[in-house]
Amino acid sequence: MTSDPQTAIEVRGLAKRFGDVQALAGIDFDVRKGELFGFLGPNGAGKSTTINVLTGLARPDAGTIRIVGIDCSKNPKAAQHLMGVVPDEGNLYPELNGFENLAFCGALYGMAKPDREARAKHLLDRFGLTNAARRKFAGYSRGMKRKLTIAAGIIHEPPILFLDEPTTGIDVASARQIRQLIADLNASGTTIFLTTHYIEEAERLCRRIAFIVQGRIVRIDTVENLMRRTEGRHVVHFAVSDNARSLCDRIAAHSPNLQCQAVAGGGIRVESSEPVQVGPLVRLLEDCGAEVAEARKVRPSLEDVFVEITGIEAGAMKQEKERAKMGGGA
Amino acid sequence: MKPWIAFWNILAKDMRSYYLKPPNISWGIVFPLAWTAMFFIRSGSGLDSIPNLLPGVMAVSVLFGTTSMLAVTVTFEKKGRSFERLLLAPIPLELLMLAKTTGAIAFGVANAFVPVIIAVFLADLSTVNWPTLIPAVVLIAVSSTFLGLFIAVSVSEVFEAQTFSNFFRFPMIFLTGLFFPIEKLPLWLRPLSYALPLTYGADVLHASIRGAGHMPLLLDFALLAAFCAALFGVSLRNIRRRWIV
Repeated sequence: MTSDPQTAIEVRGLAKRFGDVQALAGIDFDVRKGELFGFLGPNGAGKSTTINVLTGLARPDAGTIRIVGIDCSKNPKAAQHLMGVVPDEGNLYPELNGFENLAFCGALYGMAKPDREARAKHLLDRFGLTNAARRKFAGYSRGMKRKLTIAAGIIHEPPILFLDEPTTGIDVASARQIRQLIADLNASGTTIFLTTHYIEEAERLCRRIAFIVQGRIVRIDTVENLMRRTEGRHVVHFAVSDNARSLCDRIAAHSPNLQCQAVAGGGIRVESSEPVQVGPLVRLLEDCGAEVAEARKVRPSLEDVFVEITGIEAGAMKQEKERAKMGGGA
Repeated sequence: MKPWIAFWNILAKDMRSYYLKPPNISWGIVFPLAWTAMFFIRSGSGLDSIPNLLPGVMAVSVLFGTTSMLAVTVTFEKKGRSFERLLLAPIPLELLMLAKTTGAIAFGVANAFVPVIIAVFLADLSTVNWPTLIPAVVLIAVSSTFLGLFIAVSVSEVFEAQTFSNFFRFPMIFLTGLFFPIEKLPLWLRPLSYALPLTYGADVLHASIRGAGHMPLLLDFALLAAFCAALFGVSLRNIRRRWIV
């Protein structure tokens, strides 16, 4: 089998089983050079297993992986030289400071001392960590740890970067900064394989996205094509005081052509293929004794597409992951 | 790619992070001192007993020093996931594990010479055959380190590594001829003695220090080297099977 020279990652029939659990059930996909490819799915869908298998931390039961044409089963170390890996948890050395961690990671890739030290300084500056360069990694905040872990992943300027949940469990400002860094890295030519459960993050950053559920890829497409599914849909969100579920039943009884759903945080989401008349619905809700704090039209998002394709409630998926992350620590 | 850069930096990091830390330096000095004092007092035969005790104290110092450190440098890093970073590095697993173990080997050799330095001031060591003693100490340190590596990759918690180490270490004190001749052991225990690498290291040490070896030196060295190769090979296989699953 010969590879397309424009393909950075080529995966065919990749399968992996842990005991009774089929973690990956024969997945296929390609990532093109310079692409920012999103890998979306709920907890346990197979995202981290995919990264582990692609990067050589796990052995596949079946299938082939080519990294820039290199067959990983035959020459895994050559492939690893072309990759940077940022795991879902900071795995740098707590006893080393920021600068030492980066310089050490550079040494693992055979970088000469002057090169790795210059690169470490450059990355500390780029990630806004220069003032923390001499502080031990153990004393970093969660956001700083994530940034340094990403810096360690690109210390050797790899053409391909694997990012596993890069913004999970960190503060909004750090997450925003990391998203910008990811976009900049991609703009400078780095191919990025990004797993995330933040659908809006994937929508904003990625060109193409794969949805993975229970070890199977259920859909791969460009964000543009995926969003076409939402064309002609009209969505209105009502913020109501309470009883959203019973209010939904009332709306459904009143207007059977509307799809109505109670959403987390005390809201009702109304969807239709026709423009939704907000006024009559507000009056209906108020007649039912509800206090309507807000009614606004919502642009259908990739999250809607995700829910439609996978049948998984995206908000629940995000909360579950956040809880797991906060419990486990960074 | 220059793998030696990775090798050297892994070793240098471990030396800084673990072996050259004050608690470990003091452990490396105090532990052999304690063993020396314990057996010296127990023997009750004064300074003359030092050449008899020295092989055992040296070997035990190496054994405990090396196996204890591997539980930290390997099991602890595996538990904290920083070991994954090493597995992702584009260097062969063999070289990576040699880098992770070379610090422990050096630590073990240094441990062995603490009682030797003490003995220099208390006993006549002019008859010691240094050209055989030094390579024997190095091989004992290598085999003990690889035994520690075998233990470290067989468990997932640091305390398990320490407990599992004792399963090997304490019987080895009594079964390998360090302090009690193998010939005086019950007949049924002797095969077990010959299945332990330290038996051959102890024999070279006894031969080098007091000219009282029981087996040909070449055989001792060959068997020690074979144990080193086997323990390293099995450890690598276990890493591939258990950690790269």
